[in-house]
Amino acid sequence: MQEFDLVIIGGGPAGLAAAVAAKEQGIENLLILERENKLGGILNQCIHNGFGLQVFKEELTGPEYADRFINLVKEKKIRYKTNTMVIDLSKDKLITAVSKTDGILTIQAKAIILAMGCRERPRGALNIPGARCAGIFTAGTAQKFVNIEGMMPGKNLVILGSGDIGLIMARRMTLEGAHVNAVVELMPYSAGLTRNIVQCLDDYEIPLKLSHTVTNIVGKDRLEGVYIAPVDENRKPILAEEEYIPCDTLLLSVGLLPENELSKKASVKLSPITGGAEVDEGRETNVDGIFACGNVLHVHDLVDNVTEESYIAGKAAVKYLKGLRIQSDRIEVKAKDGARYVVPKYINPRNIEKSLDLSFRVKDIYKDHYLSVYFDDSRAIHHKRKIMAPGEMQTVKITSEMLNAHSLCSEISIVIEKE
Amino acid sequence: MHDVLIIGAGITGVSIARELSRYDLKVCVLEKEIDIAMGTTKANSAIVHAGFDAKPGTLKAKLNALGNSMFDQLSKDLDFHYRQNGSLVLCFDENDLDHLNQLLQQGEQNGVQGLMILDKAALIEMEPNLSDGAVAALYAPTGGIVCPYEMAFGMAENAYSNGVEFYFENKVLDIKKSNAGFTIKTNKGTYESKLVINAAGVHSDEMNNLVSDSKLSIIPRRGEYCVFDKEVGSYVDKTIFQLPTKLGKGVLVTPTVDGNLLVGPNAVDINDKDDLTTTQSGLDDILRRASLSIKKMPSHAIIASFTGLRARTEADDFIIGEVSDAKGFINAAGIESPGLTCSPVIGIMVKDMVVDMLKPQEKECFNPIRKGISRFTELNDEDRQNLIEANPAYGNVICRCETITEGEILSAIHRPLGAKTIDGIKRRTRAGSGRCQAGFCMTRVLDILSRELQIPRTEVTKFGGESKLLVGKNKEDI
Repeated sequence: MQEFDLVIIGGGPAGLAAAVAAKEQGIENLLILERENKLGGILNQCIHNGFGLQVFKEELTGPEYADRFINLVKEKKIRYKTNTMVIDLSKDKLITAVSKTDGILTIQAKAIILAMGCRERPRGALNIPGARCAGIFTAGTAQKFVNIEGMMPGKNLVILGSGDIGLIMARRMTLEGAHVNAVVELMPYSAGLTRNIVQCLDDYEIPLKLSHTVTNIVGKDRLEGVYIAPVDENRKPILAEEEYIPCDTLLLSVGLLPENELSKKASVKLSPITGGAEVDEGRETNVDGIFACGNVLHVHDLVDNVTEESYIAGKAAVKYLKGLRIQSDRIEVKAKDGARYVVPKYINPRNIEKSLDLSFRVKDIYKDHYLSVYFDDSRAIHHKRKIMAPGEMQTVKITSEMLNAHSLCSEISIVIEKE
Repeated sequence: MHDVLIIGAGITGVSIARELSRYDLKVCVLEKEIDIAMGTTKANSAIVHAGFDAKPGTLKAKLNALGNSMFDQLSKDLDFHYRQNGSLVLCFDENDLDHLNQLLQQGEQNGVQGLMILDKAALIEMEPNLSDGAVAALYAPTGGIVCPYEMAFGMAENAYSNGVEFYFENKVLDIKKSNAGFTIKTNKGTYESKLVINAAGVHSDEMNNLVSDSKLSIIPRRGEYCVFDKEVGSYVDKTIFQLPTKLGKGVLVTPTVDGNLLVGPNAVDINDKDDLTTTQSGLDDILRRASLSIKKMPSHAIIASFTGLRARTEADDFIIGEVSDAKGFINAAGIESPGLTCSPVIGIMVKDMVVDMLKPQEKECFNPIRKGISRFTELNDEDRQNLIEANPAYGNVICRCETITEGEILSAIHRPLGAKTIDGIKRRTRAGSGRCQAGFCMTRVLDILSRELQIPRTEVTKFGGESKLLVGKNKEDI
């Protein structure tokens, strides 16, 4: 059995940033475990640009963004193992992994950072009826075929779901010579970033059909077409207005799920809303010394945000290892009226040096609404925001002054208010 | 010239093939699809029925309990997963208790052992997640669960190892009686055989009708199912049926032998024997009706849905035997539920008929044992380590949801009657059967198939025919 101070599970953007931060804070004995044959995670197949505007103040492609961190990991001589899949994890921080070269690997860690990312919801999660033929892919699988392998999964597409990967793939498939008939979105608004709607759909005249869904899938061996229909206010399809679109491929971009099967094995408590762990301001879970960051914690819009969050987790893990984390009188943070969830769920005020960003998502589109933060019944923040949409993560900063001013408060809540 | 030609490599055909492989006979199996178990065998309730359901006097009733009793030994010999989890038939109305008792008596008449009626208290103690609506149940401890295609692979591989030939993608187009037997024409070629066994599932009427004036008619009856994530796989432990009422036969909720939860089926007669589509109304219907049985339907955990077709005949029973106006042509037709449970006995029945006709010698070298694919997840760490040291491919996890290694996938491809498609890999190893439904492993499995079968990636299919996954290279149309 090997022993490490800190083991980071996942060598994507979250794991890399957490490792860099931990190393910078003075932890030497750390290890990244990555299941793919190289570091970088999903960024490796995100060959489009738009990454890094916040962190590096320049526009990078996914692989370029990953390379910045991979180079840092190498410069800082942080140990990592690729082609290594973690298959078990206990709450005592005992890790079992497997690889071709090491066989079964058991590692005892003093602290762990979970950075396994997320996976795409499959067709079954929506229970879309119809044929079970070839030609139905998640957008991410198609992205891997096209961007990593140079192979086309289809030439005449319909995309269900307007998540960012779906939008990006609408453009990519068009650029590679395919025809995208439409992007179909169940909700009355897109789940993706506005800039992606403009740059990936509008620029290529790809129709975005809001409040529509796929009602049936047709094909014997390979997909021949799909039926789509508008939906009513209860999101039930209006079958009288069903329309048939011949196509050879259906891509699904219908949501991402944090990949927490390992976390469950370690008894990490998960939020039913985000699917990720319930964490405090240092991204520490309910299990002592197990931290989580990136898309395994909650799905982010931008990798830059993942990086920022992972710095926090990396630094907090080091504090934990040095015995400097204070866990007392923590305050619960709640998402109320209009807010769907907020991360972190708990704050230990004495760990806050200057300020703390709360990340949250709203339930619906809110125009000219106020974002308010309450400490119990006392409203400390009341900001008007032009637009808040479910597809764009919001943040709000609370300061140590606010926390000091409400030192006896029992909960902090985020509320979306009309006035 | 073959001695025996079997049409269909579903569970019926391969069970017969394995029984015949005990004898000095030249036997072949023709299958229109690219793999074993591609029809009804791949899409059903995966239940080893206890045997109380069939009307006494029918073949179904005669064979069911006997078939059930063979599974324990068979699963050991052929190395497939089988669990005798027991089954419950729920009664929701005090007024139906007589029906429940009749079912018990019918079961005893059919030779089912250990049947008993449980009152509500005993029921809830046994299955705490049952709905409050259940007032009593018939408990059948001999009910079981199995993976039907895994069992069919076991039967087929064992038959093959004992000398049976298999010809895939051979669709029978015509059968002619000849002096010495039959001439069978397929899309690929012509076969001669002394005897023909019709195990063609939903198409068995068409095969029969090629040679006999005593016409059969199979009405494919659609049954839809939902499969749930393993996270709710132990929501119930027993197979939960509903007592048939005038409102219908009811749907079941059951764990699968692989650890998922399965809900279904409905029963809708359709015309198209190739129509395996699911319908919104059907899926809604089974979920609604199954909700009667359990406290809370874990709909959030559905990972897949599918349709199976039952080979339903007007006779409402199996049709097994030589066709009177075509000597040497043996039907094993209309094999619907409990056909999977009865398949080992059907194999023996048909074998007995063949032995009677051809009087073959028993082989001395028949080996009843087949070793399945070593499942990495089922081994302890020491055995895993040994396996990886012997073959490092077992250290390369390809399917993350089910923890399936490259070693298992290579074994699936290179074993007797190995996998040729993505679905073939999935059914042999479970790669792609998990919660992400192949989102992660599809590209990997496709690459391995392309490499091992030495075919271009654009030729790899999901399940044969034109079910190709990739259509070309980037930018080739620009």
